[in-house]
Order: sequence, then structure tokens, then C-alpha cells
Amino acid sequence: MKISLLKEIDVLNLDSRRRPLERLHLDTPLLFALLSAAALGLLVLYSAGRENLDLVLRQGVRLGLGFVVLCLLAQAPPRYLRTWTPWIYGGGILLLIAVLMVGEISKGARRWLDLGPLRFQPAEIMRLAVPMMMAWYFADRPLPPRLWPLCGGALLTVLPVLLIAKQPDLGTALLVACAGMFALFLSGLSWKIIAGLGLLAAGGGPLAWRFALHDYQRQRILTFLDPQADPLGAGYHIIQSQIAIGSGGLYGKGWLNSTQAHLEFLPESSTDFILAVFAEEFGLMGLCALLALYFFIIARGLYLATRAPTTYERLLAGSLALTFFVYIFVNAGMVCGLLPVVGLPLPLISYGGTSLVTIMAGFGILMGIDSRRRASPY
Amino acid sequence: MPSVLTSIPLAAKGTTRLKDPVAEQRLFFRRALVALVLVLGALLALVGRLAYLQVLNHEHFATLSESNRVKLQPLSPTRGRIFDRNGVLLADNLSSRQVQITPEEVPDLDATLTQLQDRLTLSEEDIARFRRLVKRSPPNQGIPLKFNLSDEEIARLAVDLYRFPGVEISADLSRYYPLGSQAAHAIGYVGRIDEAELQRIDPAQYAGISHIGKTGVERSYEDLLRGQTGYQQVETNAQGRMLRLLEQQAPIPGKNLYLSIDIRLQAVAEQALEGHNGALVAIDPRNGEVLALASMPVYDLNPFVNGIDQASYKALSSSPDRPLFNRALRGIYPPGSTIKPFTALAGLATRAINPRTVFNCSGAYYLPGQSHVFRCWNHRGHGAVSLDRGITQSCDVYFYNVALRLGIDRLHDYLTRFSLGERTGIDLVGENPGLVPSEEWKRAKYNQPWYAGETLNVGIGQGYLQITPLQLASATATLAQRGRRLQPRLVRAIQEQSTGLIQEQAPRPLAPLQVDDPRHWDAVIAGMIHVVKSGTAARIGADAAYTIAGKTGTAQVFSLDRGEKYNARRLAKNLQDHALFIAFAPAENPQIAVAVIAEHGGHGGSAAAPIAKQVMDAYLLKR
Repeated sequence: MKISLLKEIDVLNLDSRRRPLERLHLDTPLLFALLSAAALGLLVLYSAGRENLDLVLRQGVRLGLGFVVLCLLAQAPPRYLRTWTPWIYGGGILLLIAVLMVGEISKGARRWLDLGPLRFQPAEIMRLAVPMMMAWYFADRPLPPRLWPLCGGALLTVLPVLLIAKQPDLGTALLVACAGMFALFLSGLSWKIIAGLGLLAAGGGPLAWRFALHDYQRQRILTFLDPQADPLGAGYHIIQSQIAIGSGGLYGKGWLNSTQAHLEFLPESSTDFILAVFAEEFGLMGLCALLALYFFIIARGLYLATRAPTTYERLLAGSLALTFFVYIFVNAGMVCGLLPVVGLPLPLISYGGTSLVTIMAGFGILMGIDSRRRASPY
Repeated sequence: MPSVLTSIPLAAKGTTRLKDPVAEQRLFFRRALVALVLVLGALLALVGRLAYLQVLNHEHFATLSESNRVKLQPLSPTRGRIFDRNGVLLADNLSSRQVQITPEEVPDLDATLTQLQDRLTLSEEDIARFRRLVKRSPPNQGIPLKFNLSDEEIARLAVDLYRFPGVEISADLSRYYPLGSQAAHAIGYVGRIDEAELQRIDPAQYAGISHIGKTGVERSYEDLLRGQTGYQQVETNAQGRMLRLLEQQAPIPGKNLYLSIDIRLQAVAEQALEGHNGALVAIDPRNGEVLALASMPVYDLNPFVNGIDQASYKALSSSPDRPLFNRALRGIYPPGSTIKPFTALAGLATRAINPRTVFNCSGAYYLPGQSHVFRCWNHRGHGAVSLDRGITQSCDVYFYNVALRLGIDRLHDYLTRFSLGERTGIDLVGENPGLVPSEEWKRAKYNQPWYAGETLNVGIGQGYLQITPLQLASATATLAQRGRRLQPRLVRAIQEQSTGLIQEQAPRPLAPLQVDDPRHWDAVIAGMIHVVKSGTAARIGADAAYTIAGKTGTAQVFSLDRGEKYNARRLAKNLQDHALFIAFAPAENPQIAVAVIAEHGGHGGSAAAPIAKQVMDAYLLKR
């Protein structure tokens, strides 16, 4: 926390004496942490993609784009964001409905909306729109929320989650649901209700199993519980991933020495399962370092949130920081066999662009919120 | 726009609560702290899981990773080749490309076969054989569908081979017998390892080897011919494609065998026997080497290598001529009169008779006090018969007398010393021991006493007596060597493939048959020389360029086997006698000993002796 202490001192300084990055509304420690993770990601990707420089370059371009989006959104003053929140949310819901009606089907799911030159997943918008809407909704209401506001907030989350789950896109639905729940949690939801919801979830699990899940989703959970039941089919990912991790040992096999990835035993080695390659090459030590870096990013995000002056900003920033954690936990949990397979990438490391841009946009908003806390009217 | 509130902390009591920014900030801080602790907890749980995988179970997963990466592939050795004594190739390895299917990897075997039919010309037979092998083999084993693919077939298949999982083209060495059927029973054949063999072989020794010697030398010298499987450790990717060779232990090729068989002589023997069912064994008496081992009829070895089709196999196995049966080794026959020289030697050696002992032959013989008549083949009788005439004229009555004087036990004793009625120990599997009866044997077998009449029958090579052509040839060689006994053998030299070094096999002497007076041998051999000069085999003696000592035999039989069923339609043929002949030559310096049996050939002198003569001529005169 030394860095943040320095930052505190820095904050007391005059605006003109701020560092250039701060003038750009960027948070130096967070930015460096994100850049380190991204650099590490490219390094691992080079190995996981079997030393394909082309792949690394393409991902580098995406990361660059991500940081541009981050910088752009950092410039947006939070109060404008707040004003626009309901419109963004409403538009997002409409797009989700549109996707269900006219969306393009790819890999068995209707996720994409094709608007001439622009082809995108509206669900991605909801990753940001839901925490924004939740923050907007609770900003004017006394906290902790009472029952009716609580129900209203819950409805704001549940509606897009259901729409996304219908596509189906379990990963994004989970993220959006988490974002909403984090907002609720941070808004001071009483522990009794949290406990009650927990019980409800435990009770609802079997019902969801029965009615809500698709066959392939059920199969994934069964496979997760017993990967050896179908070692060459559904369990193959999990088994090969665990072999990669386990064979890495304490110190790993060394960079570029992942046999599981290089010899193509590990599927999706450069996308969803890239953490297994990292684990194989850098061992438990490397993983601890990586998780520490992630923890720093989350902690820094939460810290920035607590410094924010208004409820809207706090809830939004806190929810964004915690949603970042969901990516990590779900992905790492899946890769090491702690959770069923859910298609969430490892942020900043996995190959792929869509979620990267969303994540970077989230951090951009977070930084924008923090840099204006002194300039805020409160 | 957000409502701006006072900084006065209001305890909201009542229905209208107001916002309290400071309390809310504190609340948020607390919640954020709780969230951070939960995040830390969750991350620590992840670390715990990772530590479980990477530290506690590291060994386990490291092994799995290694076995993922590294595959141990067997390298099959080249099977040793087989040559005749002069270096003529009898069994070779040809490289052939074949289509192979691993049933386990094929989603729909029938559909695949139908589709392959368009690309390869598959005969009904190919498919039938394939299906048969599928049933018999483990499902993870590649099973050949078609052998010796043409370049065109390979091209046609290779284009879309990727559409057929589990189907592959493999290059293999396939056993080939260039002479086809010649010396088939001696060489034997290899075939695919079947389930029964799988039970008894050591799988490590046969890793990467699909064939095993089934009969003949291929079987008895399997361990030498096979060689030793090598291994290579290769790094493979998930598709099983080999990427890198890590370590290699080259296979050790099997040893080449040089048979004692002279394939030229073998061809003469088979040709001479043509038209008969029967056997001929020729042995070099000086070292026990089998020069020819013919069993007629013969069969082509090559179809057996990759699985003979059902119809052909049925035709071979159910043929009344029994071509697959190795008569030389396993056929048991009454020796008939060819036993007489051995009976004579037993008589002389035991002093039951001497060369000048004379018995009177009236054409019939009665045991004292019995009415059963034992006839001489010459019903008019031979008159006064000495040893020499007894052998020359093959007088049965003379040998009735000798046998009676000997008694069954002494007769049994001497015949056994000639290796009759017991396995010769030749380097082939499945030898039939035959039978030289004794009093003891009969009591054990039938719980009956031995009768003198039975001794008489044994004395002239009938009755219970049953011997194989190989035994007869071996005993003749012993006679030629005057009691020096050598185990007959088919392999005379073994060659290391890598060095080319040839190791000659030393003769394997057995305990010699010793008699107190060597003139006993002279007496018997003189008789045998006279057989060819003026006796029952005079027809081959007339133009012989060397001295032959021989003995004819005509054995009365009703069937080949004791177990064979009575068959009325074949009775006529079956009633005919077996023609036998044994001989060695040149009599004064024996280089070849021959035994011939022509089943139902009639008289030994007319049917069997000329066959032996042709073989001896070919060998001694190099004709």
C-alpha cells in the first residue's frame, strides 16, 4: 500500500503538479498493474499459441485497442455517465430482445447482432450497463435498501440476466448477475437477506438443474463432477488441463516448455485454458505471482471505489472491480477443476477481444471516477 | 440530478428515510472490506487447489504428462530367412503395403468397408478373411484388409484416407515362400498370432510382431527366427503423429537358418512320389542331417501367411488325402518287411541266431500246439532259409522263427535301440512316437497277457508295430553306420544376420547301439545288398552305379490311422498294401539312407524301391 500512500500525498498536491497520467484521468498503479498483466499475457500467449508471433501481434493490437477504450472512457465525467445510465441500460435491453429475435446464430447460440459494419454482442454492453443501472437506481435511495427498492434493483438485474441466459450465454449471464449482486451487496443489503438468498439458491439449484439448464450445460456439470467418466470426450478438457497444471509443479517447466500445449494435448490452450499453460510453464510460484497481481488490481479498484464521493460512483466502481474478480475466479476455477466449464476468458491473458474491450472499458470508467473525485460538486 | 443532502446524520425513523452520505460511505467501506476479504479467501482457495495439483499430486500429473508426450513404439525385427543346405532361399521377407483397419477406431465398420470397396478391389475372400480376423483379434489391433496393394490402389485410397478414421496404409514385411509347396512340411509356415497363441506367448517378446511360426521349422525355430523387438521412444502430439525421436533401441533381426534339406533332392523326392500319398525321408547317415523330408501330397504355404480363406482351408483340411498332415513325421505305418533287417540284427546280437542258422519255410508256420496258421508271403515256401536268404527273399517264416527265439521283450529292446517306437528328437514339433509293443505295454494298455503269435507278427513288421517314416529312415541310417546313432535334424547351420557369421550345428550323437561282434552288421548289410542285387528289389539293382543295401516292405493295412473310420467306398483302395522301402548307399561307404512309404502302393519292390532309387541317384550321381 506504499504506492497508494504516495498517491494520497500526491492527491494533496495542486492539479498542475499532477503527473501526466493523472492529468489524463488515469490511475498510475492500476494502469501499471493492468499493463503488467497484459504483457505477461502476451508472453504466455506466445508459448500457448505454439510460438506463433502473428497471434501475439493480433492480441497486441487488441490490447492496444483495449487501452485506447480505457483512456477514452476515463475521460467521461461520471455525472454524464450517470445521466446516460438509464438510456444505455434501456437500449441494451432492447438490443438483447432484438438479438433473441433477429440475432445471428453462431456455434449454436444466438448472441450476435449484425448492424451493417458493426457486429457485436449486446450482452457485452450489459456487463457495464447493469452495474451502472444498479448504481443509478440505488444512488437516490436511502441505503441500506429496504424491501421494495431491493426488489426493484433485483428486477433490474434479473431481466437482462434472463435475456442473456436465453441466448444462451451462461458465462455472460453469470457475469451480469454477479455485477448486479455485487452492487446490491455493496449497497448494504442486510446479511439476513443475503443468508436467505443463499438458502434460496441452494434450494433452487435442483430446480434450475431440472428446468433452467440446457442439456449441454447439465453435461458440463456432470463432467466436472466426474471427468474420468468420458476421458476422451467431455472430460478431456478438464483432464488435460489438470495434467498441464499438475505437471508444472512448484516452479514450472519454464517458458516455452509446455508440452501439453505444444503437443496439442490441451485444447483451447491460448483462449479459455491459457492459465493451464501458464501453470505448466511457471508452476505454483508463477501462479501465486499472477494471482497476487490480480488481487492487487481488484484491491486497487475497490480502494478507488471507497474514495469516490457519491453513492453512484462508489457502487459502480466497486461493482466493476468485483466483476473483474469473477472472471478470474471462474476461469481459474474451471481450469483447475474447481468449477464446471464455463466459457469465461482469463482477463488480459486469454486470446480474444470482445471481453477484453469490456473489461478495459470498465477500468476506464473506474479511473475516470477516481480522478474527478476532487472536482466533484460534493 | 442527485439530491444534495445535509451532512447531519439522520437516524431514519418513520416511513421517509433520508440519505446519509457519511453513513453510506462507511457502509460501503465496510462492505468493500468484506468483499476484499472474500476475494482474498477465494483466491487462497484457488491457490490451495493449485497447490494440491502442483505439489501434492505433481508426481502423478508429471507421469501423465510424460506418457501423453512420450510413446514407446515397438520396432519389429526382421524374421530370419530360411535357406536350403546350398543356400537356395526357401522363406523370404517381402515388403508389401497393406490396408489395415483398427476396428476400435472405426465408427461404422460396415459402411467403411462398403466405401473402401469402391477404391480397392476387394474380393469376397478379402472381406471374409478380414471379418474372421476381426472376431479373433483384440479391437485395438490393426487388422489387414488387403495385402500387396498396387501403386494405383494406394493413390486412390490416399487421396481421402482422412475420411476413414482407423484405416491406414502400412508397409510391412510379409513372409513369402518362393518355392510355394516344395518341402512344405519341413519348412512350415507362419501365420497371424491367434487367441490361443496369445495366451502362451510373452507379449513383450511379440510387441510389434503379428506373425508366429505355426508348423515345420518356422515353428520349431520360432525363437531363433523371430529376433528381438526393438523400441523407440518418440514424442507424439495429441493426434499421435510422431514429432521427434527421443531414444531408440534397434531391433535385433532373427537368425537365418540353413536347412540340411537339399531342395534339389527334395524336388526329386516329391516328383518321384507324385501320384502316391506317402512319405520319403532321406538322411545323411554320417551326421544325421535330413536331406529330404517329403510328405505327399503337398500344399502351398503362401496362402497361410496372411490367413487362408475358409473354402480353401476346408478343401485342404477335409481332403481324404490329408495334404496338411505331415506323414514323414506323424504318419504311423506298420513297417512290414522293412523291419526284418532290424529283427535279424536283434537275433544276431542276442545270439538267438547266427548267420548260418537255417529255418525251413514251407510257406506256413504253426506255433507249437496251436492251429493258427502264420503264412509266408510266398505260399509255396522258401525251403531251407539262412539269414542271407531270409533277408533277400524276405521270408516271413524265417523271421517268425527269429522273433520267437528272441521273444517280444528282447525284440522290443533292440527295435527301441534303433529309435523305433519313440520320438527321434528331430528339430520339428509334433513327432508321433509310433509304437513298438512289449509285454508290459500290452498289460498296461489292454490288461492282457502277451501271446507268442503277436511276437511273430511284430517280427515281420505287422501287428501292433507302428512307426513313422522318419523313424524308419533314422533306423536305416543307424544300420548304415553300424550302430552309430545320430539324432536326425533339419537345421545344419544358423547365421547371424548382422555379422553374416554362420555357425554350423554339430551332429547330435545318441548312445550307440553296440553289438559284441561287428560281423553281425556285415551279415545284415550283406543281406540287404543282396536284396537289391538279386532279391525283392532286384529291379533297381540292375542298373545301379553304386552298391545299394535295401529292404522292401509290403504292409497290410486297412487304414492309415488306428482311429480312422471304416469307409466302404474307399475300401478297395484302402485294402491295398502300403509299399515300403528302406535303403542306404553306397553300401560300403554310406552317404544317404532313405525310407519310402507309398500308401496303398502295392509291393515295396515295385512301387517304393524305384522312388528311393531316383533319390539316391540324384544325390550320389548328382544327376
